[in-house]
Amino acid sequence: MFLITCPFCGEREQSEFKAGGEAHIVRPKQPTELSDDEWAEYLFMRKNIKGIQFERWNHVHGCRKWFNMVRDTSNDQIKAVYKMGEKPPVK
Amino acid sequence: MKNKYSIFSLIKNAFSYHENWEKAWKDAEPKKEYDAVIVGGGGHGLATAYYLAKKHNMRNIAVVEKGWIGGGNTGRNTTIIRSNYLWDASAGLYDHALKIWEGLSQELNYNVMFSQRGVMNLAHNLQDVRDLKRRTHANRLNGIDAVYLNTEEVKKFCPIINTSQDIRYPVLGGTLQKRAGTARHDAVAWGYARGADEMGVDIIQNCEVKGIKRNGDTVEGIETTKGFIKTKKIGVVAAGHSSVIANMAGLKLPLESKPLQALVSEPVKPIIDTVVMSNAVHAYVSQSDKGELVIGAGTDDYVSYSQKGSHDIVEGTLNAILELYPIFSRMRMLRQWGGIVDICPDASPIISKTSIKGLYFNCGWGTGGFKATPGSGDLFAHTIANDEPHKLNAAFNINRFVSGDLVDEHGAAAVAH
Repeated sequence: MFLITCPFCGEREQSEFKAGGEAHIVRPKQPTELSDDEWAEYLFMRKNIKGIQFERWNHVHGCRKWFNMVRDTSNDQIKAVYKMGEKPPVK
Repeated sequence: MKNKYSIFSLIKNAFSYHENWEKAWKDAEPKKEYDAVIVGGGGHGLATAYYLAKKHNMRNIAVVEKGWIGGGNTGRNTTIIRSNYLWDASAGLYDHALKIWEGLSQELNYNVMFSQRGVMNLAHNLQDVRDLKRRTHANRLNGIDAVYLNTEEVKKFCPIINTSQDIRYPVLGGTLQKRAGTARHDAVAWGYARGADEMGVDIIQNCEVKGIKRNGDTVEGIETTKGFIKTKKIGVVAAGHSSVIANMAGLKLPLESKPLQALVSEPVKPIIDTVVMSNAVHAYVSQSDKGELVIGAGTDDYVSYSQKGSHDIVEGTLNAILELYPIFSRMRMLRQWGGIVDICPDASPIISKTSIKGLYFNCGWGTGGFKATPGSGDLFAHTIANDEPHKLNAAFNINRFVSGDLVDEHGAAAVAH
């Protein structure tokens, strides 16, 4: 269990949130042009980093808004939280 | 040649107060070069080495393990073994493993305490009932023993279950696989280690892989904390850390590593003589030979390598356990722990060659790899030795995420992933 600072609501318990996986995976602009390899890369392949990872979270039992987080997956420490559409803070 | 374990060796060693047993495996230091190196000394990795040596006569091989053998997920799972999977490919894979389990203690001359006490899966809503009936039929078509039980039969098979229809998720029925059961997880690692060591396999502990050396699209060896080891074939069986090793080779895998928790209670007298799993409320419970209730909880939904999970996951599981087994309401929990599981998008494993020649991956077992240990080792050894998959693991290739030919066991297997 850890505490998460929602950029809209402030500090809340992690159980109020839902993790949404790796962030900044760009949706293909021309889906019809994609090869099978590119689809696999977009849909399935993940960095799954041990260390600093950029990810999406949803405050599902709160404001229900999505936001981004920078987190160290080796010890669950949260490094930064930022809103959707914002540039990730430089690590 | 190692001394055979038997009643006579037990008596003989009793006279010297059990202080002179020979070591089950030697602590090896790496040689300069091997024909193959297995990365990861858990059950699957040690089984792979064992079958490489035994069936494919590859004796100049090593297993490298960053900690101690069996210290990862092999020693952290809830020891459940079953093969009642829905799809043909999965049924073939897991029943292959179950058949090896049935003779494993004899083969290894090591008691893995395999106990076919049955695994019962409960249905809590109408869709569960339909799914479990469908799975029972699919299992029987694949030659896997399975029966569907109604609520009264569930109660008869395991009398402590609360089958009252007044609870939040009443028991509407269940399936039973009688050949399924449990085994002692540590013994599986130790037994395979002993067997592999006897055939000349080097088991190198406290040796972490730091890099994979490639020459173009061919592997040349691995960098480890104990120096460079030259080899033409690398079999990676690193469970939750598979992606970390893949990144070293410049590969990306369709995996996410998440914490999965389990817990045991204080030991009590025998009260539950089978394994009961409940998909819908996510509670599963069995009893160890020491008398502890062994309880499996769910995964957290975020990526983590910390081997710690969230408290609310444990709380949710215990809520469900208490509703199904009111008799446990005053039991105290003794220990709780987490392991890092590598989950595939289709909740099926990858036992496969890769785009890099000589690099093989056995990963993606997610929350249910223990049951497959012997089969996984056997098929992965075949894949490494022949540079071709066995027909039983052909469907579990890494290319299925490109072709779309997934083995979708999500929720269709006996427990939610």
